[in-house]
Amino acid sequence: MWTGPTITPETPSFAANRTAMLDAVAMLRDLEARTAQASEQRRDRFRERGQITPRGRLARLLDPGLPFLRLHSLAGYLADSDDPERTLPGSTFVGGIGFVSGVRCMIVVDDSGINAGALSPFALQAVLSMQEMALRQKLPFVHLVESAGANLMNYRVEDWALGGAVFRNLARLSAAGLPTIAVLHGPSTAGGAYMPGMSDYVIAVKKNGMAALAGAALVAAATGEKTTDAQLGGAEMHASVTGLVEYLAEDDTHAIALTRDLLARLDWNRNRVAPARPAFAPPRHDPDEIAGVVPADLKTPYDARELVARIVDDSSFLEFKPDFGPGTLCLQARIHGIAVGILANNGPIDPAGANKATHFIQACDQAGTPLVFLNNTTGYLVGTEVERAGMIKHGSKMIQAVSNARVTKITLYVGASFGAGNYGMCGVAFEPDFLFAWPNSRSGVMGGEQAAGTMGLVARAAARRRGAEVDEQKLARQDAAIRALFDAQASPFFTSGRVLDHGVIDPRDSRKVIAFCLQTAQEARARDLRPNSFGVARA
Amino acid sequence: MTDRFDTLLVANRGEIACRIIRTAQALGLRCVAVHSDADAGAPHVRMADDAVRIGAGPVKDSYLNAEAILAAARQSGAQAIHPGYGFLSENADFARAVAAAGLVFVGPPASAIGAMGDKAAAKRLMIAAGVPCVPGYQDAAQDDATLIAAADRIGYPVMVKASAGGGGRGMRLVETPQALPEALTRARDEARNAFGDDTLILERAMIDPRHVEIQIFADGHGNVIHLGERDCSVQRRHQKVVEEAPCPVMTDDLRRAMGAAAVAVAQAVGYVGAGTVEFLLTDTGQFYFLEMNTRLQVEHPVTEAVTGLDLVAMQIAVAQGEALPLTQDDLRLNGHAIEVRLYAEDPAHDFLPVTGRITGFAAPDLPGLRIDAGIATGFEVSPYYDPMLAKVIAWGPTREAARQKLVAGLTQTAILGLPTNAAFLHGVVAHPVFAAGEATTGFLRDHGPFAQDDVALTRRMAMAAALLVRDQTLRAMALAGFEDDDLIGFASDGGVPRPVDLVIDEHRHALRVRIDGPADWTVEGGDDASTWRHRVHLRDCDGMRARLMVDDRAEHIAFACDGGRIDLQAGTCTLSATVDRPWEGAAGAAGSGRVVAPMPGVVVALDVAPGDRVAQGQTIAVLEAMKMQHPLRAAVAGQVSELATRVGAQLASGALVAVITPDEP
Repeated sequence: MWTGPTITPETPSFAANRTAMLDAVAMLRDLEARTAQASEQRRDRFRERGQITPRGRLARLLDPGLPFLRLHSLAGYLADSDDPERTLPGSTFVGGIGFVSGVRCMIVVDDSGINAGALSPFALQAVLSMQEMALRQKLPFVHLVESAGANLMNYRVEDWALGGAVFRNLARLSAAGLPTIAVLHGPSTAGGAYMPGMSDYVIAVKKNGMAALAGAALVAAATGEKTTDAQLGGAEMHASVTGLVEYLAEDDTHAIALTRDLLARLDWNRNRVAPARPAFAPPRHDPDEIAGVVPADLKTPYDARELVARIVDDSSFLEFKPDFGPGTLCLQARIHGIAVGILANNGPIDPAGANKATHFIQACDQAGTPLVFLNNTTGYLVGTEVERAGMIKHGSKMIQAVSNARVTKITLYVGASFGAGNYGMCGVAFEPDFLFAWPNSRSGVMGGEQAAGTMGLVARAAARRRGAEVDEQKLARQDAAIRALFDAQASPFFTSGRVLDHGVIDPRDSRKVIAFCLQTAQEARARDLRPNSFGVARA
Repeated sequence: MTDRFDTLLVANRGEIACRIIRTAQALGLRCVAVHSDADAGAPHVRMADDAVRIGAGPVKDSYLNAEAILAAARQSGAQAIHPGYGFLSENADFARAVAAAGLVFVGPPASAIGAMGDKAAAKRLMIAAGVPCVPGYQDAAQDDATLIAAADRIGYPVMVKASAGGGGRGMRLVETPQALPEALTRARDEARNAFGDDTLILERAMIDPRHVEIQIFADGHGNVIHLGERDCSVQRRHQKVVEEAPCPVMTDDLRRAMGAAAVAVAQAVGYVGAGTVEFLLTDTGQFYFLEMNTRLQVEHPVTEAVTGLDLVAMQIAVAQGEALPLTQDDLRLNGHAIEVRLYAEDPAHDFLPVTGRITGFAAPDLPGLRIDAGIATGFEVSPYYDPMLAKVIAWGPTREAARQKLVAGLTQTAILGLPTNAAFLHGVVAHPVFAAGEATTGFLRDHGPFAQDDVALTRRMAMAAALLVRDQTLRAMALAGFEDDDLIGFASDGGVPRPVDLVIDEHRHALRVRIDGPADWTVEGGDDASTWRHRVHLRDCDGMRARLMVDDRAEHIAFACDGGRIDLQAGTCTLSATVDRPWEGAAGAAGSGRVVAPMPGVVVALDVAPGDRVAQGQTIAVLEAMKMQHPLRAAVAGQVSELATRVGAQLASGALVAVITPDEP
């Protein structure tokens, strides 16, 4: 029987937990800041060209004060360099969901302060992820373009082959009834030229904005023609000769003002019906305490209700079947006034827990209640007893329910997320609307320790079969190698770097992030678009 | 009784029209306002029971257009006309025309106006009546030689005045004989332009006397009394800035003597109604007749405050043939009152008059405080009229109590959208010399500068930036239908500060605002050399008034914001900032060869011709605006390539006057 949180800032483990969590958050912020600083180092170069920096553009584009959900800030972590001290995650663009003139938009800002905006590893996957999210959440797509395009020094054929999806997505967004807007702050050549080409609206900055299938250098190499970028594809040329540019801007700030003006003129919210949203009370237990509530060591169990009490309105929830499969929690609550069904784990998922979760997911789907999955599970329970109780069958039901539930799904990795438990708790493959990880979380098929232990037992068994001596030294090396292999890939920084989530967040922001995601999805579901077959053709 | 009337036309505008209408309506009279095109939505029009358009914006087409005003009276059924002050109030021909039209003129007989309108004749009359007068020259001969000889006789410094002038207009102080010929020329020009009469008088300039005037009142039954004095010594360029009653150095004996002299002046011209006899009072207690104003004065409220009388009500009663409601012996002066005049003028730019829209106006409601205003939120201050916006009048049982109340009144009177002299007035009344009651007519000259900087500029900038961003947030929330305050300022990556580029007084300030919540901001500014940072918290906001915490200190401010512009007043300090939109940038940097009118006005002199070579700083033209002549100078040396105006032209602010092709460096 839950009677409310028992952990307080005075609880002995609180301070140490908090220190460990804030260290993990600091690592996240340091990585984000490192990339931002690398970009802002070029500030003087931007100024010389009469430009403002990519982050300056974003800051001016967004409605001040309205929330911004950053996405994929760690994309490419350790992919550009295997040195954790040198890698620049999220270096190709700064993006997320924000408001422009009151319009909730998907925004991508090329980070031309780093490698001139050239595509870094996994940036393509991140852009595709954001385009798909825009389509699903019915968000107009705003792209501030200034990119050298593909990095020829690191050419990978799959980036070229799959990169076309960026343009396919633009076409589909437009056809779905979602305006696509490209702002040419700088060059957009080769494949990048289709960025403006495929957008419904193009704003270009005089002198700096440029779009061409090949820049002057490539033209000279290919045909010997001597020309200039301005003649090939300058903003002014496109505005008057090709019609590729709708609006000419004097400079970056003007381009952003034009973009804001354009969004305002869409009158995008004219039919928006504000959802009836009751006034809500903040949690009675401060979300800031989350940092100290969650144990630093994932192996230390904690009651997920301590966390939920610090996320939901008024710290109030109703527990569904509390005494049946108690290791799996199903809770009814509200977050910023929006009713949600929360699934959380107090341990592995057993047959009863899987059954309960299946029932709960289907009931929420029936009522149209969004689902929030707070992952902290080592997976489905194993052993003779549970196998004989039909663990496979019950787990499958849960995975089936998660896969096919039509309601909004939001997943947070708040601790462990291992094995098929990740599937049942709506991991990345189950396409939650939004998926964020805490910086202390871990995910994978199993922990490095378990993997190493399993492989150790297999090796010993094999040795026994052969009647050979166990080479303990070799086994120890194997054990260490397996642990390293698993643990490195279990880190949320690594998985986020591989675009296996939408980003890593500060655990203390969980309530706000979930609220923003719920509002975004709710707005999308209430919005009627005007889809057409082919999108808006560029005249 | 033929003089009775039930409908009164107020032939004026601004605060005095509002003030007259207020009393007249309280007496049950129907009030008719007249207005120019520029004043169609003005407060006096809105207050009145009826309103008649009398012409275009320029005063000669409207408020000085006697025929239009008389036609308005006929059309609206008015039986009486109150002229207010200025405009036609001291025009004897108008008073006569009103009477000829069978209407009551709420003012003195035309003969009395005429007698006092000509300063020279008036002075001769007063000398004959035995009233002490400043030694001077007030005869008919006006040639330079006669005037120069007279000045030598009177002794320098000498004051040159327009005989037809008043209210400080057309007055010049001349220190040396060498300066006199040019002063005579300019004074004649100014007098001819302003009054249509270039007759001048000369007077010995007294050294820093007090300006003390006696309010008199006469009825049509032979009763003449005085209502005590007003001290109007604090003057800038002969314009009254602060007025108070009683005079800080007044004694009962002196009041009796000056009062008797003033009554004698009124009797000498057969005066009826409210009038003011102005004297200079020296530090030895000598007083000299200066002139008589045959109208209600701007500063009459201080007399009302200490006598408890309503002078407009008395004017209306007397005009209807009633006897004065009190005798001289009934007069009781109670406590002390001080008035200041709030002008739309820019102390940062030599008090040049400014025009523009009032984005916010709010007057405090404090016992003992009276605000007479002729403006309202949204009102456009046009270039056609006197830039006075409002008067703040404070009463207290003692002078110090009144002065304290006045500071509070000034601080709490919010006028947003244009620069005003509020901070200057605050500085004047807060000055120890003024506080001690020792201010003479030399006070402003000797003791400036006065501008209060009671709220530091960076604090004001921080508040402005925070409130501007708040306004933008609220607008975006409305557009988005977004109502979740708990997410205001949230960014999942910690966010970056919002760049806010403000233009304040033509300087660009690149500020950064971190939005910490719906009512919390951190504002940073400065340059690489030095930066500043203030935390701003909005505690509450009621219309245009807001209470904020800036760092650890509270600020009570007034503000108006429209997304691209914010006007803010903290104490008597104001700040107006616009969001920089450089792509809309106007051409023409400082040091350009384009000479433009800095304010609306009439070209009264053009000192160059096309092709002339001019030096930097040379006067190109003289613009008359708001009672002042402003020389327009060349910012660069070069050759005049274009003259874009002519003498007599009315120019809008920013209008081109001349183009100078700069010399090659």
